[in-house]
Amino acid sequence: MSARTHPVPEQFDDPVQQREAATLGMWAFLATEVLFFGVLFAGYTLCRVMFPEAFAEGSRHTDMLLGTIETAVLLTSSCAVALSVREVQLGGRRAATAMLALTAALGIAFLVMHGFEYYAEYREGLIPAIRYTQQGVYARGMEIFYCLYYFITLFHSLHVTVGVLLLGVMAWRTWHRAFDQDYHTPLELTALYWHLVDIVWIFVYPLIYLVGRSG
Amino acid sequence: MSTVERVPPPRSYLEEGYGLRSWLTTHDHKRIAILYALGITFFFFLGGLAAALVRLELVTPAGDLMSAETYNKAFTFHGVVMVWFFLIPSIPATLGNFLLPLMIGARDVAFPRLNLFSWYLYVGGGVFTLLCLLLGGVDTGWTFYTPFSTLFSTSHVLLAVVGVFIVGFSSIFTGLNFIVTIHTLRAPGMTWFRLPLFVWSMYAVALVMVLATPVLAMTLSLIALERLFGVGIFDPALGGDPVLFQHFFWFYSHPAVYIMILPAMGVVSELITAGARRRIFGYRFMVYAIIGIAVVGFLVWGHHMFVAGQSMYASIVFSILSFIIAVPSAIKVFNWTATLYRGDIGFDAPMLYALGFVGLFMLGGLTGLFLAATALDVNLTDTYFVVAHFHYIMVGGAVMAYLGGIHFWWPKITGRMYSEAWARFAAILMFFGFNLTFFPQYILGYEGMPRRYHEYLPQFQVWNVLSSAGATILGAAYLLPLFYLAWSLRHGARAGPNPWDARGLEWQTASPPPPHNFEQTPTVTEGPYAYR
Repeated sequence: MSARTHPVPEQFDDPVQQREAATLGMWAFLATEVLFFGVLFAGYTLCRVMFPEAFAEGSRHTDMLLGTIETAVLLTSSCAVALSVREVQLGGRRAATAMLALTAALGIAFLVMHGFEYYAEYREGLIPAIRYTQQGVYARGMEIFYCLYYFITLFHSLHVTVGVLLLGVMAWRTWHRAFDQDYHTPLELTALYWHLVDIVWIFVYPLIYLVGRSG
Repeated sequence: MSTVERVPPPRSYLEEGYGLRSWLTTHDHKRIAILYALGITFFFFLGGLAAALVRLELVTPAGDLMSAETYNKAFTFHGVVMVWFFLIPSIPATLGNFLLPLMIGARDVAFPRLNLFSWYLYVGGGVFTLLCLLLGGVDTGWTFYTPFSTLFSTSHVLLAVVGVFIVGFSSIFTGLNFIVTIHTLRAPGMTWFRLPLFVWSMYAVALVMVLATPVLAMTLSLIALERLFGVGIFDPALGGDPVLFQHFFWFYSHPAVYIMILPAMGVVSELITAGARRRIFGYRFMVYAIIGIAVVGFLVWGHHMFVAGQSMYASIVFSILSFIIAVPSAIKVFNWTATLYRGDIGFDAPMLYALGFVGLFMLGGLTGLFLAATALDVNLTDTYFVVAHFHYIMVGGAVMAYLGGIHFWWPKITGRMYSEAWARFAAILMFFGFNLTFFPQYILGYEGMPRRYHEYLPQFQVWNVLSSAGATILGAAYLLPLFYLAWSLRHGARAGPNPWDARGLEWQTASPPPPHNFEQTPTVTEGPYAYR
């Protein structure tokens, strides 16, 4: 299907209206996403006030180097997806596809690195309910910290996974000329979603890896 | 489908197709509304059955009909079903789905496939809830309070939580669809301040659905994980905080009350203006009141937790905000009353429901102020006073408005008129049955009878018997419309496009409307309610 013959569904008058509706729909969806993560962040905040030392201790057990690399990878991927939208707007199909593939690849790299982190934590006995072997005064508070750590990072990784799949579809469609300068709304919305995934991580990274670490 | 003789184009949305498949794969908002109506009617009577069991047990002071555990399961099932499978989707998903595009002059909602998907999510959530019932039910109360729900309850909490989680997404997607539809698909000339108040109420309710429901979904997920893995942030044994659960839960569930009542207010505004042949009094104030309720509704959740151990200062703030939210609600009641003033009031069935709504909502709202006062609430918390209060809002308010709306738009939806005499009779019976059921509960609560027990002290029996007797009348009144409305589908007189001589855009097209609502997109030149 070529972009020029893209049919407008019957409920819309014209492509402009359709594009407005799709974009607003995505923003509304992103608002719900913020609230999903908001619950976890609120829970984190309260528990951290209750167990400040244990949270600092838990933070010291995380892998700051990997976490930092993951952050860099995700930020780079966000830049790549923005470039892919720009390329499509300029008519660069090849470059746009390459940028999308790069974004997806960085997303996968992020997931793999996180997998290594989880494995290291498993060996260290830091996974509540599965293998938790911590002892000492902070053990209980750290268990809560790691509960939240897993809720937040797994939920975020779920979003990364969905994003990678979406990016794959978009790359495939871009390559097969589904989009052009006039019509590329799905690509733009995927990019919006990917930016949200990125922004959420920008909050997760300091909360999990940095906060209280030096104290 | 090929066996049906097709005369293109179909004259009405009902003639688009007759097979089951044409209904289950439809993208037409009007057909999806009817799918929802079937679902919520089923759950309404199922939830009603559970309420009947509760009322039957409470006829005598002793717990003789069922065990305490079964009783707990009965009221939990009643609550879960009525809140998530009836009240929340009731007006938005049926009347809202059907009327919203018609009222703004659109051909459909912005995302018709998502709309159908919402219905399937609703059904999916319903399946889990029914499964939970069939396997033995859940006994936590509809609020799923921790740590009982996570550590102690041996009933099927997980199934119920999954059911509610899924149905939550149904309401998120409906809300999202409505927001985008109202923003982008208004007909030429349909400016924001020409929108009917029903549309405004749908807009407000959609915002609340989209912004509150994710919090519920996440909180329920945390409960599920805590139950499955035995670790989590609500578990006091681990150092977690069960009151945090209550904060999260009511952050959704108090705005959810406004998900139930805002649409009812929208319906009643349409019913009263058409029934009294009057412009709405203070249109802009009504709009600001709707938005005000939706916004402040997010900031009052703590009034459910005055005795839960939250900080005294938090309680004071929540108390004041709860008083403040009564102001826009009162504005609405005043404006409905002022609309009636010097009106040419007809007492057709929809108007009877609307007038019933105003009275019952006022009583429910005023008793809400009792409960917003921290000192008084300490005495009244978890008594029948609370039960009576929220039933006045939800049953006396939301259900009355829902049924009023169903009657008012029935000729538009089906193209037929129902029996007016039966409809008036049912409306009046319902009003009396309702008050007989729930007014005694105010007295019971005031005298100290706690809720959620299957036994009670003998001195409470008189009021309980009255309440149960009222419930019988109420049940009969709810069953009546099933019969005369079904009867009207085949035998009712044909309704013209505009049997009430009402002014909304939905009345300018045929009854039932054609598949794409209007022969040509209407152009709007004046505000709503162009009566005198």
